[in-house]
Amino acid sequence: MARGYAPRLNKGEQHWAVLVIPALSVLLGSLTSVLPHLALYPLIPPFGLLLLLGWRLIVRDIWPVWTALPLGFFDDLLSGQPLGSSMFLWTVALLVLELCDRWMMWRDYRQDWVIASFLIILALLGGLAIANMAGGETSALFLIPQIVVSLLVFPLIVRICGGLDRLRWSL
Amino acid sequence: MAPPSPRRPGFSRRAQYSIFIAYVVAIAGAVGALLLVLSARFDPEGHSALQSTAIDLTLPITQTGHWVGDGVDTTTGGISAYFNAASQNTELKQKLAATRRQAAAADQLRLENARLKKLMGIQDKVIRPVASGSLAASSGSSSRRYAILTVGADRGVKNGQAVLGPDGLVGRIVATGRQGARVLLIIDGGNVTPVKRASDGVTALAIGRGDGMLVLRPITSNAAAFRRGDVFVTSGSGGLYRPGVPVARVTQPGRDGAIAIPAADPTRLDYAIVEPVFQAPPPLPPSTLPDQEEK
Repeated sequence: MARGYAPRLNKGEQHWAVLVIPALSVLLGSLTSVLPHLALYPLIPPFGLLLLLGWRLIVRDIWPVWTALPLGFFDDLLSGQPLGSSMFLWTVALLVLELCDRWMMWRDYRQDWVIASFLIILALLGGLAIANMAGGETSALFLIPQIVVSLLVFPLIVRICGGLDRLRWSL
Repeated sequence: MAPPSPRRPGFSRRAQYSIFIAYVVAIAGAVGALLLVLSARFDPEGHSALQSTAIDLTLPITQTGHWVGDGVDTTTGGISAYFNAASQNTELKQKLAATRRQAAAADQLRLENARLKKLMGIQDKVIRPVASGSLAASSGSSSRRYAILTVGADRGVKNGQAVLGPDGLVGRIVATGRQGARVLLIIDGGNVTPVKRASDGVTALAIGRGDGMLVLRPITSNAAAFRRGDVFVTSGSGGLYRPGVPVARVTQPGRDGAIAIPAADPTRLDYAIVEPVFQAPPPLPPSTLPDQEEK
């Protein structure tokens, strides 16, 4: 499933869509938090983070590690979390994935799901800790539905990333 | 053969350096972001400025979709109302009869109150709303409970002002963009609203739980226990909200504090008004008291 093993030499000019589509999809994922919907408790999965992880797991060398900073900044602007929260957590997630790449060369899809689940839970709990530090006082128990929804939605997100991946190379 | 890692580019110095620099930038950025988070705790104003700009930019998306969400909401509500219609009907009839009796008594009280006020020469201060708008979206993925209001600084909305729905208190403004504002809802975990029981004025604090409910904690320990159905209104202490706005109704009494449902259901809100920051009337200046004694 992993792309990114193509020869580096003699690649020629890349189409703009190859770079733009992945980043744009993550930004659109972050934009879901401004959709008109009034929520009583956190239930909507963090689509921006899910897409980021989905792309990174399908295409290993899609982004340098620092890409999480601008993408996380955009997410912070919209999500209502304190500024810097997603920037920090997403960068940490990508760094952990770099480590995973060193430890486990060969992975299958289910292992990727487990790794992503771990990172999603980490990011959601970290986000809660940061929100609580900035003045909130929400119990971690209320995050359980959101965590469950996020983990179950993740395979779908990976499929979307896969479809977009084929699209961006076919353009 | 194991695939060559894209992070180990062989002997190319240039490729090695670019990967190394990417790590350095990422780690430095993560540390910087952590400092940014910490500074948000001490300087929330500076941070909300950036986020307010984001509110303005995304407001068109929020507003256009608002009507869609609204339609779906009322449809599902309408369908579910058909179930248990018969039992609801009898229940409502009983309630209506009781309410009529209360309304008659209240009418009499209102009349008497107005007469007494005229007698005492008290003039009610009319609070004019700053602006009215609609609540468009809330942060669904964050654990904080914010909503976006469709009026902003160009209509006079400022931070700290109270937001009221038709049924009661919704929250207060924490960030203002030019055409939109972010509202911290009273159900946000950690948001504290000073309240009093409408029936006898026992004071309490209404604290958001983060799941759409409020916890009511009595301020005095010897206060009578809260009962199911008790209605709480803002007490006006602290000077943030004006007194008398409905806040919550107790659904589940507990030993140390009761769980209450907010009077204004944030998911069904269409329109909300923004009221100026309430300032309690200042105490009489001390100089007036000796004067009266001399006379």
